[in-house]
Amino acid sequence: MIEFQGVQMAENTVILDGNGVKRALTRIAHEVLERNKGVDGVVLVGIRTGGVHLAHELACRLLEIEGVEVPVGAVDITMYRDDIKGHAEHLPVGKTELPFGIEGKKVVLVDDVLFTGRTIRAAMDALMDQGRPSCIQLAVLVDRGHRDLPIRADFVGRNVPTSRSENIAVDFDADNHPTEVILQK
Amino acid sequence: MGFRHKDIIGLKDLTKEEIELLLNTADSLNEINSRDIKKVPTLRGKTVVNLFYEASTRTRTSFEIAAKRLSADTINISASTSSVTKGETLLDTAQNVLAMKPDIIVMRHAISGAHEFLAKRVSCSVINAGDGAHEHPSQGLLDMLTMRQKFGKLEGLKVAIVGDITHSRVARSDIYGLTTMGAKIFVAGPPTMMPIGIERLGNVTVCKDMREAVHKADVVMMLRIQLERQGKTLLPSMREYSRYYGLNPDMLALAKKDAMVMHPGPINRGVELASSVADCDQSYILKQVENGVAIRMAMLYHVCGGEPSEG
Repeated sequence: MIEFQGVQMAENTVILDGNGVKRALTRIAHEVLERNKGVDGVVLVGIRTGGVHLAHELACRLLEIEGVEVPVGAVDITMYRDDIKGHAEHLPVGKTELPFGIEGKKVVLVDDVLFTGRTIRAAMDALMDQGRPSCIQLAVLVDRGHRDLPIRADFVGRNVPTSRSENIAVDFDADNHPTEVILQK
Repeated sequence: MGFRHKDIIGLKDLTKEEIELLLNTADSLNEINSRDIKKVPTLRGKTVVNLFYEASTRTRTSFEIAAKRLSADTINISASTSSVTKGETLLDTAQNVLAMKPDIIVMRHAISGAHEFLAKRVSCSVINAGDGAHEHPSQGLLDMLTMRQKFGKLEGLKVAIVGDITHSRVARSDIYGLTTMGAKIFVAGPPTMMPIGIERLGNVTVCKDMREAVHKADVVMMLRIQLERQGKTLLPSMREYSRYYGLNPDMLALAKKDAMVMHPGPINRGVELASSVADCDQSYILKQVENGVAIRMAMLYHVCGGEPSEG
């Protein structure tokens, strides 16, 4: 936040515009295919809520490229958070929806922004409670650094150096398509 | 929108948004109950004491399962097997339990208002699992969740509540909760079991005849005659009661075609509920029990994050 004539104003920088987001997702889709030699045994699991929208976007790309529909699931991490005491009030709980077994599957976990890594830790615990996947890979649209845990992403849309006080927002339109990524100071 | 209560004493104290939050949370948590591994680490390290001064199978088991599925540690204390039989008062028992540092006390007590008394005097959260003829909030919430799953909303529903209204804490919690959510409640029962002024608790219409309450109802909620709470003088005979206030297939036909039959349990087959009705497709009695676990998980989760409410 900067102060301008006594008024607090947010200074926003667009990091990825609509086309930038599209290109990044297309590249990630190709990388997923390359790493897994196709989509055999691959499932996408988005982290609520932004990650779920992005997982659906990735599934569309994979369908366009390979002609195969990859199953998409959603995981809600609220019940796996490690900071329950820190919240004055509890967050609403979303639904975990995995319409497929993850046992033996190659799970590509999808989130919008990778920051401390705590969300990913919680999501991995949530997944492990549902079965034993053969591997978990991580795809994120933006990696902004500042990890608290030893976690790294396998597929990254854009690396963005930030300070801890800044905020990264991924915007979606009414149909849940990503529109742009903004850095808020 | 968050939940800002240390305790849950009754649905009278909750706003529409808070009830919706609890129902939505329970809806999400229901998924955990269908998993192979029915456990999440949310309340790891928290201790829940179930302090039951009255008999209970469903509610106590349900609270215990709910706490365990959230990874909390649970301890059950039944008054009949504790120092209460040696003459210890409620507050003394509570303070001794409190000295062992629990995070939540789930209590059932025969005296209305026992929870309010306790909640003001202890630092941990207190959840009401039924107090006398006052409130039974977890039952009221699971009733609303079961109705909302079927109809998608609660607003505008016609809910008939039939039976011993005077002694029923379930009826009171249902009346408070459903009124807040915009449903219409019609109560019927023997005049000796119909408290004066019940219509002032919410959007309640008192019916002289059960048929009037059940007519075109979306939900028919039947209550048990609580023989343990009353003298024998309120009813001429069980047979007569069953004839005028029992739900049989003919009576159910007066309600809407897809009306739900509900009952807080335990049911007395052949008294308030004909056996064929209790087991019919329109009966949601076991669904209520299933939803009870998710509702109690939601309550435990939200009081753990709540702050002491003001006043």
